[in-house]
Amino acid sequence: MKCDHCDKPAVVHEVIIRSGVSNEIHLCAEHAIAAGYPLPIDQPIADIFPQLETASKGDIGKAKERSPKCSACGLTFTAFRKSGMLGCPACYDAFMPMIEQVIESSQGGATHHVGRSPHGGAETERLQNLRAKLMRDLEIAVTAEQYERAAKLRDELRAMDPPTP
Amino acid sequence: MTQPFSAAISQIGPDSDVVVTSRVRLARNISGFPFVSRASNPIRLEIMRVVRHAVDHASKRTSADQELRWIELQSAQSRDRILLSERHLVSRHFANSDWPRALALSNDEHSSIMVNEEDHLRIQFLCAGSRLADAFTAAFRLENALAESTNFSFHPRWGYLTACPTNVGCGIRMSAMLHLPGVQIMKEVDRIKRAAKELHLAVRGYYGEGSESIGDFFQFSNQITLGSTEDALLEEFNGVVLPRLVGYEREARTAALARHRSRIEDVVFRAHANLSAARLLTADAATKDLSRVRFGVVMGLLPVDLATIQRLLLQVQPAHLSVIDPRALEGDEIEREVRATFMRQALARGPSEPNPNS
Repeated sequence: MKCDHCDKPAVVHEVIIRSGVSNEIHLCAEHAIAAGYPLPIDQPIADIFPQLETASKGDIGKAKERSPKCSACGLTFTAFRKSGMLGCPACYDAFMPMIEQVIESSQGGATHHVGRSPHGGAETERLQNLRAKLMRDLEIAVTAEQYERAAKLRDELRAMDPPTP
Repeated sequence: MTQPFSAAISQIGPDSDVVVTSRVRLARNISGFPFVSRASNPIRLEIMRVVRHAVDHASKRTSADQELRWIELQSAQSRDRILLSERHLVSRHFANSDWPRALALSNDEHSSIMVNEEDHLRIQFLCAGSRLADAFTAAFRLENALAESTNFSFHPRWGYLTACPTNVGCGIRMSAMLHLPGVQIMKEVDRIKRAAKELHLAVRGYYGEGSESIGDFFQFSNQITLGSTEDALLEEFNGVVLPRLVGYEREARTAALARHRSRIEDVVFRAHANLSAARLLTADAATKDLSRVRFGVVMGLLPVDLATIQRLLLQVQPAHLSVIDPRALEGDEIEREVRATFMRQALARGPSEPNPNS
C-alpha cells in the first residue's frame, strides 16, 4: 500500500473512527516521522538501523546522491546508517528527523534529556526552556490525538518537578 | 606496569556471592571536536592533549590513591594492553585498536578514563561487589573535576552527545557482573534474559560487548539513558532491578541444592579435583572450573576463601599468567602447563597462606 502523500510504500497504518465514520491513514516512514508517529518502543536496538534501511529501499541508487550530509564533518546519512556512529555533534541537527526516530525507539520513547547539565548557572534557564518545549509538544500530541506520546511527555514533565518532601 | 593484584575484579565486596563487580561509566565528548571515528590521528592526538590537561588538573586535588596515571596505549606493550583488558579496565576493542588512545588510571585502579575509545572520554569507576551507589558518586566526582577545565558537548534537547546516538542524555552505563550458577542449573537463563530485555537491560558476557558468557558470569547494564535523571536511573537499577536479580539467583541456588544436591556436589568437587590435578589447563577450562568451585565456596561446600578464587580467576588469564611465569609466552602447550602447575600450587597452599607472587 502506498503512502497517502507520496508514492513510497506505507509503513504506518492507522484507522481513526470519529462520530461513527472510519478514516484510514497510511504513511511512509518519512511522512510518519513528520506527522510525529512513534515507532514501536519494545524493538531491540539492533533492529532500528535495518528498519531505516527498509524505509528507503527501492531508491537506493537515488538515495546515494541525495543522502543528506552533515555540513560540519561531511558524514553522509548513508555512512551513518552503515556504522551506527555519528561524525560530530552537528550531525544531531543535520540528520534531525532520522536521529529523532533512532533515539526515541532505543530509549523507550523518551524524547528529552532531563538529567544533569554542564552549564551550572544556566541550569534554571535551560530547564525553563525545556519545560516550555515539553508543554508545546504535549499540546501538539493531544491535538493530534497521539495519546501514548502525550502520556510520555506528561511523565517527563512530572519528572522535572522537584521531589516532594 | 600495574601491580598484579590491586585489580578491583580480583577483590570481594558486599553481596560478592552473586555480584562480582559494579561499574559506572560516563560517556563524554569534548565540544569543538569531531567524534573519534571521524577524527584524523592529529585530531585524536589533540583530543588526548586536551584530556590530559584536564586529567592533570583533576588529579591535583585528589588523594594519592585516586591520583591518575597516564598510559598511552599505542606505545604500550601488547602484554600490558591485554593485562588492562583482563582487568576489565579497557574494552578488548580498545586494547587492540591502532590509533592514538590512552588510559588514565588511578593508583587504586578503581577510577579510570578511556581516551579516544568510541567517545572522547569514557569515565569509569569499577569496584568489587555490589557498590553501584559508591561507583556512581565516584564517577560523577571525577567527571565534575574534569569539567572544571574542559567543555563537554551538550545539546539542549538530547543532553550529553555521544558518537552512538543511542547513548545520549545522561550518557551513563551502570553495570553489574553477576555470577549466576543457580539460574544456570535451574535452566532459567533464557527467562532472565527475556525479563532483562523487557526492563531495557543489556545482558553480555564476561568481557562485555560482543563476548560470550564464560563460567556463568553475566554482565547486566542499563540501556535507557534519556528521559530520566541520573539519580532515577540509579535508583531503578541499583534499588529495584539488581536486588531482584540477586534475590532470584539466591533462591535458584537454594532450590538447586535442595533438588540436585549430589549432582551439584559432584560438579563442584570434580572441578576442584580437576584444578588440583590437571597437568595442562586452558584459560577457558580454568575459568569454567573456577566458576564451579566459586559456586561450591559460596554454598559452603568447599573450605576455600572466596577472595582466593576471585584472584585466581584473574591470574589464570593469559597476560596475568605470563607476569607470574614468563615461560607461558613460549607456546600453547607450555602456557597450559604453566597454568596447571600454578593452579595446583595455589590450591595446595590453602586459603590462609599468602601468595609468594603477590
